[in-house]
Amino acid sequence: MTATVDSGVEATTDEIMTIVAARELRDGVVCFVGIGMPSTAANLAKKLQAPNAVLVYESGTIGAKPTKPPLSIGDGELAETADAVVSVPEIFAYWLQAGRVDVGFLGAAQVDKYGNINTTVVGDYDHPKVRLPGAGGAPEIAASAKQTFIMLRQNARAFVDQLDFRTSVGNYKGGNSRASLGMTGAGPTVIITDIGVMRPDPVTGEFVLTALHPGRTVEEAIAATGWALKVSPEVMSTEPPTATELQLLRALQAGA
Amino acid sequence: MATFQTLAQAIADNVHDGDSIAMEGFTHLIPYAAGHEIIRQGCRDLTVIRMTPDVIYDQLIGMGCVRTMVFSWGGNPGVGSLPRFRDAVEEGWPHAIELEEHSHAGMAARYVAGASGLPFGVLRGYVGTELPDHTATIATIECPFTGEQLTAVPALRPDVSIIHAQQADRDGNVGLWGIQGVQKEAVLSASRSIVTVEEIVDTLDPRCTVRLPSWVVTSIAHVPRGAHPSYAHDYYVRDNEFYKAWDAISRDRDTFTAWIKAHVLDTTDFAEHLRMIDNELVASR
Repeated sequence: MTATVDSGVEATTDEIMTIVAARELRDGVVCFVGIGMPSTAANLAKKLQAPNAVLVYESGTIGAKPTKPPLSIGDGELAETADAVVSVPEIFAYWLQAGRVDVGFLGAAQVDKYGNINTTVVGDYDHPKVRLPGAGGAPEIAASAKQTFIMLRQNARAFVDQLDFRTSVGNYKGGNSRASLGMTGAGPTVIITDIGVMRPDPVTGEFVLTALHPGRTVEEAIAATGWALKVSPEVMSTEPPTATELQLLRALQAGA
Repeated sequence: MATFQTLAQAIADNVHDGDSIAMEGFTHLIPYAAGHEIIRQGCRDLTVIRMTPDVIYDQLIGMGCVRTMVFSWGGNPGVGSLPRFRDAVEEGWPHAIELEEHSHAGMAARYVAGASGLPFGVLRGYVGTELPDHTATIATIECPFTGEQLTAVPALRPDVSIIHAQQADRDGNVGLWGIQGVQKEAVLSASRSIVTVEEIVDTLDPRCTVRLPSWVVTSIAHVPRGAHPSYAHDYYVRDNEFYKAWDAISRDRDTFTAWIKAHVLDTTDFAEHLRMIDNELVASR
């Protein structure tokens, strides 16, 4: 699935997803980024509307300015370009837990309608069908960042009614249940997929389809969701990627 | 005071069957040469501790060295999964392993507690997750001053911790720089420690942001490029191509076993292993 942009070039679905995620970051934001698409999106945002965004990687690099998307969370260029390099205990305690991170960017294997995520197992914990990498930094990013953005390609195996394992907490069981856990951060505020964008209902905490990317349909979004997806009465259309966005993204990735 | 030894002697003296070992290095400075030597010496029933098991523990698990793994993220960074880890958990090959699973923040707190000589560490973590249902070493604790509910995790106290560093001086003081991970905490929480180093120098480089005095280090071995395919900042870069290639090597049991036999068991030391890797790289071009 591709979309034509104003220059006549086609953007891939992953490119649209990355560009839409980049647009969510305001200038000056302190962003705790995971590797892969979130890292690419955050680096793209720095070249667009958020030149002063501060990228924090869990390897302890604060204010990293990589010239190309790093393969790992701890590539050398992150340390070379950082404002500060601190130990792993320090990054989690002084910087994340203490509330110095505005946005945590998370991926997942599974997400439910409340934005809780699973990165631990598919199937039973003791006899899993698929053993996934596990928690990493995600549970505390999900708890302590002021808000979190989730990025995930949308299909019914990933967007599930019941998680196989709750690794990191989003809006928990809905309503005010997240706040009752004593979490300091507000939780997930957006899920960006290759089909569209979901945002939580302010009362129930359930994620609702609020925007569709170019060429995508509500029917597709519903079919790719394992719960009965609610659709906002005014679903917006994602602005197609501009030629500048696409050019900057491709230049970033060409450096990889 | 630290003793200078060959890596083979350092492992033979300090790593015994049934020990708990922590091999740290957060993407950077991962002590691969020491991992290979543990495989060569056929150690068994190890409890292996590491925040990010990475390819180094995929190799140990696949060779049957591991009984229990204490960890927080078991993947191949930027590539995908660790096939030997998955095969052990999903299919019990070469044998089943026990998991003690935490988050990064929890593991970091456990190392800090161990290094501090405290019984446990405290954090705001794990609340609402299913990890406490499966991991016995996570408990709720009440703050005696505010009444806030917090999470306690017990100190890590490895029998031996193993790290790689850029430099040691001739007195056995160790220095490293770049991404520093939890190496200091790992060494200070352990009963014994082994450090492999890129070079032995008269005076530690001023860039060393982490320094471990000789008297907290048990053994030092000089192993240039001993962190490959990980990296040593300002010495060599991460071999991302190797990490990508690992997936295909590790995915198949026979391919993995043959690779380890040729590259680890049939090599006498890490220098010979690296010559082999370098020659393969030249041949592939």
